[in-house]
Amino acid sequence: MKGGKIKIRDFHEAKWDEPIIFELSRKGERGILVPEVEKEIEEAVGDGISVLPEHMIRKEYPALPEIAQVRVLRHFLRLSQETLGATINIDIGQGTCTMKYNPIINEILAKSPEVTEIHPLQDEDTVQGALEIIYKLDLFLREISGFSKFTFQPGGGSHAIFTIISIIEAYHRLNGEGEKRNEIITTLLSHPSNAAAPAVKGYKVINLYPEEDGRPDIEALKEAVSEHTAGFIVTNPEDTGIFNPRIKEFTDIVHEVGGICAYDQANANGIIGIVRAVDCGFDLGFFNLHKTFSSPHGCGGPAVGAVGVTERLKDFLPVPTVEFDGKKYYLNYDIPHSIGKVREFYGVFPVILRAYAWIRSLGAEGIKEVARVAVLNNNYVMRKILEEVKGASISFPKTRHRLEQVRYSFEKLKKDTGVTSEDVIRRMADFGFHLWTSHHPWIIPEPFTIEPTESYSKDDLDEYLTTLKKVVEEAYRDPEKVKNAPYNCPIHNIDHEPLEDPDKWAITWRAYLKKHKKWE
Amino acid sequence: MKRKLGLIINPIAGMGGRVGLKGTDGPEALKRAIELGAQPWAEDRTREALRKLSHLRDEIELVTYPGSMGENAAISCGFSPIVIGELRGERTTAEDTKRAAREMRDLDVDLLLFAGGDGTARDICDAIGQDLVVLGIPAGVKVYSAVFAINPLYAGELAALYLKGRVSEIIEAEVLDIDEEAFRKGKLSIKLYGYLRIPVKREYISGAKSPTPISEKYNQEEIAIDIIEQMSDEYYYIIGPGTTTKTIMKKLNLDYNPLGVDIIHNRKLIGKDLNEKQILEIINNKKAKIIVTPIGGQGYVFGRGNQQISPTIIRYVGRTNIIIVATRRKLNSLHGRPLLVDTGDEELDEQLKGYYKIITGYHERIVYRISR
Repeated sequence: MKGGKIKIRDFHEAKWDEPIIFELSRKGERGILVPEVEKEIEEAVGDGISVLPEHMIRKEYPALPEIAQVRVLRHFLRLSQETLGATINIDIGQGTCTMKYNPIINEILAKSPEVTEIHPLQDEDTVQGALEIIYKLDLFLREISGFSKFTFQPGGGSHAIFTIISIIEAYHRLNGEGEKRNEIITTLLSHPSNAAAPAVKGYKVINLYPEEDGRPDIEALKEAVSEHTAGFIVTNPEDTGIFNPRIKEFTDIVHEVGGICAYDQANANGIIGIVRAVDCGFDLGFFNLHKTFSSPHGCGGPAVGAVGVTERLKDFLPVPTVEFDGKKYYLNYDIPHSIGKVREFYGVFPVILRAYAWIRSLGAEGIKEVARVAVLNNNYVMRKILEEVKGASISFPKTRHRLEQVRYSFEKLKKDTGVTSEDVIRRMADFGFHLWTSHHPWIIPEPFTIEPTESYSKDDLDEYLTTLKKVVEEAYRDPEKVKNAPYNCPIHNIDHEPLEDPDKWAITWRAYLKKHKKWE
Repeated sequence: MKRKLGLIINPIAGMGGRVGLKGTDGPEALKRAIELGAQPWAEDRTREALRKLSHLRDEIELVTYPGSMGENAAISCGFSPIVIGELRGERTTAEDTKRAAREMRDLDVDLLLFAGGDGTARDICDAIGQDLVVLGIPAGVKVYSAVFAINPLYAGELAALYLKGRVSEIIEAEVLDIDEEAFRKGKLSIKLYGYLRIPVKREYISGAKSPTPISEKYNQEEIAIDIIEQMSDEYYYIIGPGTTTKTIMKKLNLDYNPLGVDIIHNRKLIGKDLNEKQILEIINNKKAKIIVTPIGGQGYVFGRGNQQISPTIIRYVGRTNIIIVATRRKLNSLHGRPLLVDTGDEELDEQLKGYYKIITGYHERIVYRISR
């Protein structure tokens, strides 16, 4: 490729027409046939079941699929051929998700028996190494954020936000203000869970709308705060890649009325090692170890949303925390105002381990380099798109400098050709690429979001951009071709309407069976 | 059975625009427009829309009126339309539009596509009310009503999706009445005239460029529940026009006027379709709150379609007692442009400027700016 023309890939996605695993089930089929128990053994240990209390013994078998081992393998290998992911394509089109490279050495560490064969109920003395890793990751994250203590219990970003809101609620309740402080303020362009988690907790949610420069107005915040303010939770930079440099003024205004300020740093890739949460005035916040800290996303889990707090909120953290007394690492259940447990045990250990290894391999300077390269890559991609991809623009064009990602718009492309960002996405799939529309919060027309992270080379970025450019040129030349895409993928145009009809969609097999019966 | 698409073109719509006449309501204005050299363009606009439907040519029945009211456009786009009715004069009139709409209703068309402006929308509204699902191809000088697609192309695409059964949500959209005489003199006097039922899907409707994950109806209901939950017996509530505000009345099982201003107290109806004087009499010496929603596509909170809530009333109630409600779709359709006020009282408009917590859902607010 060096010096030459970048090749547009001749790609074709696999099609297996594979049913979902429950449909593959055949009654009585087994993955492993366990040998009959010999008489002598049964005499010695019993039947293995009758020792259990009567009420705990299942009356019916669980409704799991019954399949031979080879069919299970075929099933999942076929599905694996029908996916795109960070290790198979240049995954920069999944903006906000920080699809960076996950070093294989960290996978090898996570798969070692020292990790896979330990149990969370083992005695502390026998898992000192694991506890040390948890404790030291806490120390590293304190250094990066300025917070005083972290918990790794939450199993993901939204779970971390829920933990944060629970801590805010517990804090005000302890001060006798639980009833009065019933509002949480966020910005419209913050991650949607910043609004959703407080809503689940029963809070009123007040959203600040972006101004022309993409940032919320300080006057709007002044209108929003009152004696009812429980807290302020914000993503900064937001998914537009725009950083709010007046953030300290925002947190000051919230503090003046007695509110708590929380920082959503799920994606901290543009500021890690550069900006500390405490210096922006935040009282607590979280990192997604599966984004910024290079642990894989794992298809929606298992993950870790690491929640950190300042000194005054330490007493509200979930139990147990991991502590060190100078000689020994131990689990501390003695946290006076703890919100309790938010998940079993201490967090997803392999994820914690990968993040620990990643930080150790980079060091302080390496971490800063991550942010610098991520921002550089992003500004390179933005410039190329603005200069070379016809019909594309950036949201809030008044603000030109972006951090780690940009929310773009194909509004002009649509006006010129009728081709929407969703059409472009389907055509990009024909070349083995993914692009994401990221519509929320529905204020940027024909959106798409690109986040190059630090992992991809200039050649990688150029290959992606060359393909994007080709698709857009095609849209101007032959819009119908793009609108009817994809051609090299087995699944074509999906009708989204049924997703809005609760009678039709089902997110579990059980729900499917229930609703399916209704249709018959 | 083939699905039926009705088509009505108001052939004179839009003719005043290019010659600076601001509309062709009434025979005098039309005559003047033609004298000034105006060319019909509603048919061109319709052809743009029909081209997006041409792939359905064999799958649908197109029912239309003779000549310039639809037949010509349909044939030129390759359709074999079923032509009904007859034209009674040399030039078409509002009566022709109304009669055509009624005949289409009797034929039970699945969707009535019409090309014209606000005047045409009002004629359709008069003739068939909410009996049919309709959609406007914007072809008039004034297309303030929310029943038009953003452009003819999208009108065609949306109609095709609807006829293919790919659009399930139908909403009541506002038809606005602009006083054309006053408009020509540079004054904008807009009243809320009525509602038509239109299909909505994602970005195809004017002012609805952004898809919302939940339906408009559900959004209106959650707003109404929020309002009802916070209602206090201390206050009289002045409920302005709009489907979002009137959902409050529906939820309380109260009678209401969809286009007028109603007052409730203690969750009971005190007065319906009130004028300024009646409102002042009711709230005199009492505490009151105003509940309004932006009317039309421009985002006017006061001064468009709710002039009954006069400057005197707004001053009496006070800024802190103004509650603005808006569905997310409506607010997003402004694309960040501020909400507007035009009460006719400049000093008051100035005082009303600034940020408000707009109720956009159950326990959900968006802080948004009012400008002038």
